[in-house]
Amino acid sequence: MKYTKFYLLGLIFLMGCSSSEAPVDSAVESKIFHYGNGTEPQGLDPHIVTGVPEHHLLLALCEGLTSSNPKGGESLPGSAASWDISEDGKVYTFYLQENGKWSNGDIVTADDYVWSWQRILTPSLGSQYPDMLYYVMNAEEFHTGSLNDFSKVGVKAIDDLTLQVTLKEPTPFFLGLLSHYSTWAVHKETVLKHGSIDDRNGQWTRPGNFVCNGPFNLKSWELNKKIIVEKNPLYWDSDMVELNEMHFYPISVEMTEERMFRAGQLHVTSTFPSSKCTPDIKETNPNIKIHPYMGTYFYRFNTKNEALSDVRVRKALAYSIDREKIVETVTKCGQIPAYSFTPPGSNGFLPDTKIPYDVELAKELLKEAGYDSGKDFPKLEILFNTSEGHRKVALAVQQMWQQNLGINVELVNQDWKVYLSREMIGDFQVSRAGWIGDYEDPNTFLDTLRPNRGNNKTGWENPEFDRLVALANATLDQDERYEILMQAERLLIDEMPIAPIYTYVRVYQLHEDVKGWYPNILSHHHPKYIRIERD
Amino acid sequence: MLGIFFRRVLLAIPVLIAVASITFFLVRLAPGGPFDADKAVSEQVLKNLNEAYNLNAPLSEQYFDYMSGIVVGDFGPSFRFPGRSVTELIMTGLPVTFELAIYSMLIALLIGILSGVVAALKRNTFLDYIPMSIAMIGICVPTFLLGPLLVLIFGINLEILPVSGWGQLPGDKILPSLTLGFAYAAYIARLSRGGMLEILNQDFIRTARAKGLSESMVVTKHAMQGGLLPVVSFLGPAIAGLLSGSFVIETIFQIPGLGRFYVEAAFNRDYTMILGTTIFFSFMIVIFNLLSDLAALWLNPRSRDT
Repeated sequence: MKYTKFYLLGLIFLMGCSSSEAPVDSAVESKIFHYGNGTEPQGLDPHIVTGVPEHHLLLALCEGLTSSNPKGGESLPGSAASWDISEDGKVYTFYLQENGKWSNGDIVTADDYVWSWQRILTPSLGSQYPDMLYYVMNAEEFHTGSLNDFSKVGVKAIDDLTLQVTLKEPTPFFLGLLSHYSTWAVHKETVLKHGSIDDRNGQWTRPGNFVCNGPFNLKSWELNKKIIVEKNPLYWDSDMVELNEMHFYPISVEMTEERMFRAGQLHVTSTFPSSKCTPDIKETNPNIKIHPYMGTYFYRFNTKNEALSDVRVRKALAYSIDREKIVETVTKCGQIPAYSFTPPGSNGFLPDTKIPYDVELAKELLKEAGYDSGKDFPKLEILFNTSEGHRKVALAVQQMWQQNLGINVELVNQDWKVYLSREMIGDFQVSRAGWIGDYEDPNTFLDTLRPNRGNNKTGWENPEFDRLVALANATLDQDERYEILMQAERLLIDEMPIAPIYTYVRVYQLHEDVKGWYPNILSHHHPKYIRIERD
Repeated sequence: MLGIFFRRVLLAIPVLIAVASITFFLVRLAPGGPFDADKAVSEQVLKNLNEAYNLNAPLSEQYFDYMSGIVVGDFGPSFRFPGRSVTELIMTGLPVTFELAIYSMLIALLIGILSGVVAALKRNTFLDYIPMSIAMIGICVPTFLLGPLLVLIFGINLEILPVSGWGQLPGDKILPSLTLGFAYAAYIARLSRGGMLEILNQDFIRTARAKGLSESMVVTKHAMQGGLLPVVSFLGPAIAGLLSGSFVIETIFQIPGLGRFYVEAAFNRDYTMILGTTIFFSFMIVIFNLLSDLAALWLNPRSRDT
């Protein structure tokens, strides 16, 4: 009994610490959006950073010529109010917003774009996405050093608010590229005040220095803790913006994020722990959102490998994977079995390729290739990077190949950077891979498997495939173009340098107070449409 | 004692140089580079990036550049976070890690010494068995289990404490400090019990009691000074461990400390950041070991006399 008062005191102490109101509850009044944003962003310079968390922040802070449609599909006006496209599809004339302003009050001009694109293409800046602009006349030449005069690059300021861009080829997805942050403008005077045009380490992105043209301004940035942005009254479409502030939390552990969501500290999470996925998850947890995502999970075959250089072997391996079973019993979060490299529905593109689960056919193909019932087939290694999810899929595929084809399969688990470097130098047989589209067009997928593309990594080079993708980029008529891309996709699946497994879905939790958050295949959620309202 | 201090400080210099040199070459030997990414960059871009960070220069030149930099306290720029220097990142994470370490250590000492001393005094009673069993569990249960468990109870079920954060919501520092503190409290409890038992059987304690001193006087004035020596020796490595090893707690509770930077730097092959934090932690370990040795020397009458 004599200890009772100590226990009581302890309890009172703990109660005293209890937070009065959860952040999501107070947000109904304060209009502060709490955003679970994955990892700590590398930085906020759109020409230097890469990655999804950085993209979420930049969507709030800056804006490109076009902006991606919150419901998916055609691009919407961004800092360009409208545009004309010449008949041959090669000359784009952009008319900038008349009241488009930088957050310091300066007007957003066509010159800002010319200078910014020069910055992206300046080799010494070391931008990782310069190829997004390689479609512009002479841009690649300037970036690789064969041209030194930037005035010859196809981007010109006609007047303060008119920008003219000349392309090499018609490139029908060019408007989509412009909503990617790597093509956005930065405020020249601010960048130059804190460094030179090619300074990667300039301090202009710090709170207090940062100037950009998006719906929000940078208020504070505490490393590994949170970044706060506040509404920008100078934004041209600020009437549309309802949120007062957004708080971005870098939470790299999905379990921590899930607990924060349950405790009312977040409006949206970046992921959901796959171990908690069940077939009826949507019924048991109404906050769960599962949307198709423009990404494909696939296995890459090293076609330089002796056994795998035979297309019959690659097909046998691909045909003996039961994709339905993998999504139903292994991944379990609503993933969709993939029968093409380009995910279906990328801006209306619906590939008609098929990859049968046909063990007999697979055995027959393997026999034709000289490995009857897997006899004499060399031991096959599946390379994957450390992750419980990848391990489970690899285990399932290992079992399917062993049971269906009688071949000996070993799993090789490597740290992320080791895995990347082994893939890059071709030191693998089969490796797990994933590809997420940068813009809503099949080209963002098919282009990667053209010869000499750094992301090909399979050693597969097909001149006909290359010709078809190049031809599609030069074709203006969308139906005709999709037909050409379809041929490329069919050729790819017939050659099978990769075996698609499933189409990604975005699985995350969204608080019921959040409105104006629409599912779309790129999972771009422009903050200017987001509202907080309690029913 | 001053002699010992200077000798140890001088000895630390070659240790730190060796740590820096070995780490410098080891990180470069590890497969994968700082700019390898899912979306492979072109050769041209890779060349530009390597140039921007002086990674194209011969290794010996890079080594001497780096070593001459650290002499003047310049750990270079972080590869992962453009625009931020390693020194800035360390200085951002250090105060948080330090604060967490202090709170945890205070909790550990309070719980650990109290239960250890009581257990020793009440040997073979339930006041001994119960705290010592809990201590054994405390040593065995890892923080990555205890942390989420406490969060589940106090954060999600009882809703009286925030589940994560550091200085953002009232009370969010309690659970991480408790979790980290418990693990160390368990060690301290067992160490202080052992130390106290040994001392309590000594002749000078019997003499003190024979002189008629009160039991509390005997314990606090005479027994604890010697009985807690093992705890003092443990404190140096423990504080160094708390500073460098709270990565798990920092990750579970979303704390912006140094441990997260350290481990993430290794995953990202952020060469300068790995080097900077390794050197810094080595320095901390050397310093805290030295301090705890000095404290033990000062407390132990036998070594004081020699």
